[in-house]
Amino acid sequence: MGTVLTILIVVVAVVIVVYAIATYNGLVRRRNEVEEAYRQIDVQLKRRYDLIPNLLEGVKRYFRQEQDVLTEITRARSAAMQPHSPREQAQAEARLSGAIGNLFAVAENYPELRSERVLLDFQEELSSTENKISFARQHYNDSVQAYNTKIQSFPAVIFARAMGFTEREYFEAAGPERESVTVSYD
Amino acid sequence: MPAPAENVGTFRDRIAVNRRNSLLLILIFLAFVTVLGYVIGYAWVGDPAGAVFGLLLAFAAGTVSGLATYYAGDRMVLAASRAREITHDEAPVLFNVVEEMAIAAGLPMPKVYIIEDSAPNAFATGRDPEHAKIAVTRGLLEKLDRDELQGVVAHEMAHVGNYDIRYAMLVGILVGTTVLISDFFLRTLWFGRGQRRGEGGGQIQLIMFLIALVLAVLAPLFARLLQLSISRQREYLADATAVSLTRNPKGLADALQKISSDREVLEVANRATAHLYIANPIKKFERRAKGLFSTHPPIEERIRILRAMETGGVPQQAP
Repeated sequence: MGTVLTILIVVVAVVIVVYAIATYNGLVRRRNEVEEAYRQIDVQLKRRYDLIPNLLEGVKRYFRQEQDVLTEITRARSAAMQPHSPREQAQAEARLSGAIGNLFAVAENYPELRSERVLLDFQEELSSTENKISFARQHYNDSVQAYNTKIQSFPAVIFARAMGFTEREYFEAAGPERESVTVSYD
Repeated sequence: MPAPAENVGTFRDRIAVNRRNSLLLILIFLAFVTVLGYVIGYAWVGDPAGAVFGLLLAFAAGTVSGLATYYAGDRMVLAASRAREITHDEAPVLFNVVEEMAIAAGLPMPKVYIIEDSAPNAFATGRDPEHAKIAVTRGLLEKLDRDELQGVVAHEMAHVGNYDIRYAMLVGILVGTTVLISDFFLRTLWFGRGQRRGEGGGQIQLIMFLIALVLAVLAPLFARLLQLSISRQREYLADATAVSLTRNPKGLADALQKISSDREVLEVANRATAHLYIANPIKKFERRAKGLFSTHPPIEERIRILRAMETGGVPQQAP
């Protein structure tokens, strides 16, 4: 009887240890995914800052009368590059997007500029970079959601906090974000 | 605002269920090939040792063709489709869209290929996300707007992220192995069925022989039907995943509508590569798309489901 009980206790202990290791590794993986997703946002923001000087260089000669538009972009860019809290960052990015949008709106008044290859290419690159920023944020939020759900679910919730896993915050967008849609076949 | 939890949850559940079904199908398939190898081996040699020999032969055939497909399958497919790798500057919009979808999916940037053909279509290949390749026809680039192109690329990225390509390869190998073993057995019939050993063994051998005969005739057919049913099911999942990446069902729905109404024929596609594409490139098969032998689900049904997502509604009919 004693041996059976001992074997039973050992088996239960082994199962718990194996489960704890698997849970811990799973949580570490998801937390790393969240951090990786967050870095992606910065990568894309930086790429946008790098693109802007080239854009300004390309349109400068057409924009003699529109100096304000160009200076506003430069100012918004350097403001956005300062370190911020996430909320301020979102506002600074929105201001920069607005300034760039303004440039393309003004460019509509210059027929010779509108068809300029340089401008069209930049328009694609900048709007794509904006997409990349928003997709990087979307992916970050998705990763945070998966991670938070994981550490709040039973039975991981029992260990998660003790193992040092805490909930992450979502990236709240400043402007109107794409509507989410119901994806369900049931 | 982040997506409401229950929507994403439902979607993630859908992927989880699909993964489980996939695993189950692979296990059934493996058991099936094993039984086939065993029964044929028994019928052929006449004792359990022969059965084990048949089983090992089945595994060897599967492993060899499996490894070849795993490591060289993507290159063979790209070469057969006459796809050429491009850089950012050759097609900036396509390249950017692929990068956007890779970021949305949190996957590494795949290599981008172009097929010089005016029929609009696309496919993805590569054994895992690190080796992923996305190929798009010239016709797709010219006929689709940016949102539609994004929908198609998202669908292909979904195949990459869901490991559909590896899965399809695996199923293809299992089907190929089944056909190979069955064919091998049926051919050897012409040369007698091996030597008999004793009378008792002979009776079991005869029974095994009959089972093997039935299996060898039916197995390739069932294997092929199973493969096609998996292929169709995967398309629905990729459409749903694509929407979770773009958050814009309209782009993919419009793209599918344009692709399906296009009259041009994709010359480089053949029956071996047809199942890879986002829409069946072989038009004459599209008519019987609801049939058992189709590689793709009916495109109208896919569009209907996507349109329902646009309005946030839930389709009445499960695929």
